[in-house]
Amino acid sequence: MDKKLTISVYPHIKDTVTKNKLMLYVIIALLPAIAAAIYFFRIKAAELILVSVLSALVIDFIMQHITKNMLQGLNLSAIITGLLIALVLPPTVPLWMPVVGSLIAIALVKYAFGPGSAIFNPALISRVFLVNAFPTLTSTWIWPDGITGATPLTIVKLQGFSALQEKLGPLLYNKLFLGNIAGSLGETSALALLVGGIFLIAFKVIDWRIPLVYISSVFVLSYIFGQNPLFSILAGGLFLGAFFMATDYATTPLTKKGKIIFALGCGIFTVLIRVYSSYPEGVAYAILIMNALNPLIERYTKSRVFGS
Amino acid sequence: MLRTFKRGVQFIGSKLTSQDKITLANLPSKVIIPLQQHTGTICESCVKVGDLVKKYQKIGDSKSIISAPVHASISGKVSEIDIYHHPLGRKVLSVVIESDGKDEGLSLEKRDVERLSRDQLLAIIKEAGIVGLGGATFPTHVKLNPPKEKKVDTLIINGAECEPFLTADHRVMLEHSFDIIQGIHVIMKITGIKKTFIGIEENKKDVIKLFEKELEYDTSVHVVELKTKYPQGAEKILIKTITGKEVPSGGLPMDMGVLVQNCGTVKAIYDAVYESKPLIERVVTVTGAIHRPQNLLVRIGTPLKEIIEQCGGYLGDPQKIILGGPMMGIAQYTDAVPIIKGTTGVIVQNKQTINKQDESYCIRCGRCVNVCPMHLMPTLIAKTSEKKKYDLAKEYRALDCFECGSCAYACPSKIPLVQYIKVAKNEIVKHG
Repeated sequence: MDKKLTISVYPHIKDTVTKNKLMLYVIIALLPAIAAAIYFFRIKAAELILVSVLSALVIDFIMQHITKNMLQGLNLSAIITGLLIALVLPPTVPLWMPVVGSLIAIALVKYAFGPGSAIFNPALISRVFLVNAFPTLTSTWIWPDGITGATPLTIVKLQGFSALQEKLGPLLYNKLFLGNIAGSLGETSALALLVGGIFLIAFKVIDWRIPLVYISSVFVLSYIFGQNPLFSILAGGLFLGAFFMATDYATTPLTKKGKIIFALGCGIFTVLIRVYSSYPEGVAYAILIMNALNPLIERYTKSRVFGS
Repeated sequence: MLRTFKRGVQFIGSKLTSQDKITLANLPSKVIIPLQQHTGTICESCVKVGDLVKKYQKIGDSKSIISAPVHASISGKVSEIDIYHHPLGRKVLSVVIESDGKDEGLSLEKRDVERLSRDQLLAIIKEAGIVGLGGATFPTHVKLNPPKEKKVDTLIINGAECEPFLTADHRVMLEHSFDIIQGIHVIMKITGIKKTFIGIEENKKDVIKLFEKELEYDTSVHVVELKTKYPQGAEKILIKTITGKEVPSGGLPMDMGVLVQNCGTVKAIYDAVYESKPLIERVVTVTGAIHRPQNLLVRIGTPLKEIIEQCGGYLGDPQKIILGGPMMGIAQYTDAVPIIKGTTGVIVQNKQTINKQDESYCIRCGRCVNVCPMHLMPTLIAKTSEKKKYDLAKEYRALDCFECGSCAYACPSKIPLVQYIKVAKNEIVKHG
């Protein structure tokens, strides 16, 4: 036989799932939330999302060349980061803001640690950076009707639940669920996020344990702390965080037990921050705190090895 | 009741040849018989170039206990005794026999099996050159004779055949169920074991039904239906699934009082004891990018090339030839290698079917962790191996990996995890 045969270590067959397919699924899962953002916040939402994704891609491309790390051309993970950066920003921010956000998320958080090794969720770090660097620009919220006003979480924190009831009327939960409220671009519609999240679970992209434990722990703890539990899970960034941030592969534990502890920690910190801090919302910080604990959790939740 | 184990991977519709009856392969024009087809000491040739040999004639043997003799699988003339390509990727001293086309065999003695003692049976099995036919090729007479202090009370017959594509065991069990049951009783007699389980995956319903029927009045042998999941047939996993016992890290099945034998090996034991036939042929699933995939009864030493020609030749240009299953089989340099005792299958991949995806970086999706039957964290072992931090790899228990390949199969970034883990294991063993 004169032809050259391929020699490689087994296995000689591979699952059809690929890295890019997984990322594509995440992008698809974000489409309902993107659609909701554009529906509620109109052209401004579309502009912010577009600028964010484009800048993320360009910065990622540049970083690939600077670091000479795994040159791969179009990087779908940059699209995901770009989308998430836009989705966690208020609809009122200037268009340059997601560009700065992408710079932080991609150049600093992602590439500083090498591909797939970020220790904090890039989109959340960029949000926290922007909120702290530009406090005024990032604290103006609008309602879908175009009128400026505080988010439901802020209203409840400052004026109590009855004030929100007064503002939203009998369709309160309806509006919270559909997203007809003030908030960051992608966080308002629990329904859109739920559709995307279920899609990710159905296609085995994410582990159901994280969103389930995270959301239900917020529900239970809010009740214990005297909050309205249903309001607490529908308002703010919980669904976006639970389905798309706390499930980020790089910054969450590999082990199943670890995932449960991680999600529980996210729930505890979210409620504690919402109840005791001066911030109305705690999802971003809760996830970042748990990101920091991720290596520790992973270390102590290793499965017992067979035969040991 | 369907039994199974935790984690592992499932394949969809991967057994193309399960309904194809075992076909007798053509008499090969020559055979290349490696003097080592087993785990243990290599045999010394007991023939010389120019000798005329008959089928069943012993042509290689060793004085070492952990070894197994080899026999001529055809009649003809010894044309060469030289170093040849071996399916395990190295080169091994082999006896080449040119066929005289007559296929003349030594006359086989008739035996009164009932009157044979334990030691006589063991000697027959040793002389017949029987090794583990599931692929591990450990000499069977050694495995059947554990040290006295080990109390072995359970026999498990491995009929899982969990590798995709392979159907050789399936056909052997279906077409030779009687022989296998006889063989089981021979093993039980030798070892004094009173309790036997035959583990069969549910994708072989016909075999399960057949054995259940034939064993209706046999209270010592039980059929266990297993969920079709890889690597169910791995020894440690099979023992855990059937007995609930975990073979300790670094330990052997006999430490848990269990003996596992592949179903094909049991058939070979029957042939040796009842028919006086040494191991000169075995059933091999030949499949993949060839014209006529089938289950062939092949003489040991038949060059791959002749087998593939009998199956209608290659379908397109062959890119990879695998001996064994697609999960743990070994890719070959050439189709000049012979079929040996441990060859369970021949799988050809062409341009359309070969898997050649570029390795990317780990995204920490956790799929490898979710499928590892040993509950290891493959990606972490691979990462430490890549960075040459072998002491860390040891802490992650790299040595407990038995290289089933589930992790690398599941990896969306196509990282050759097994390769990295193999390197780590070698280094750990080398440096203690």
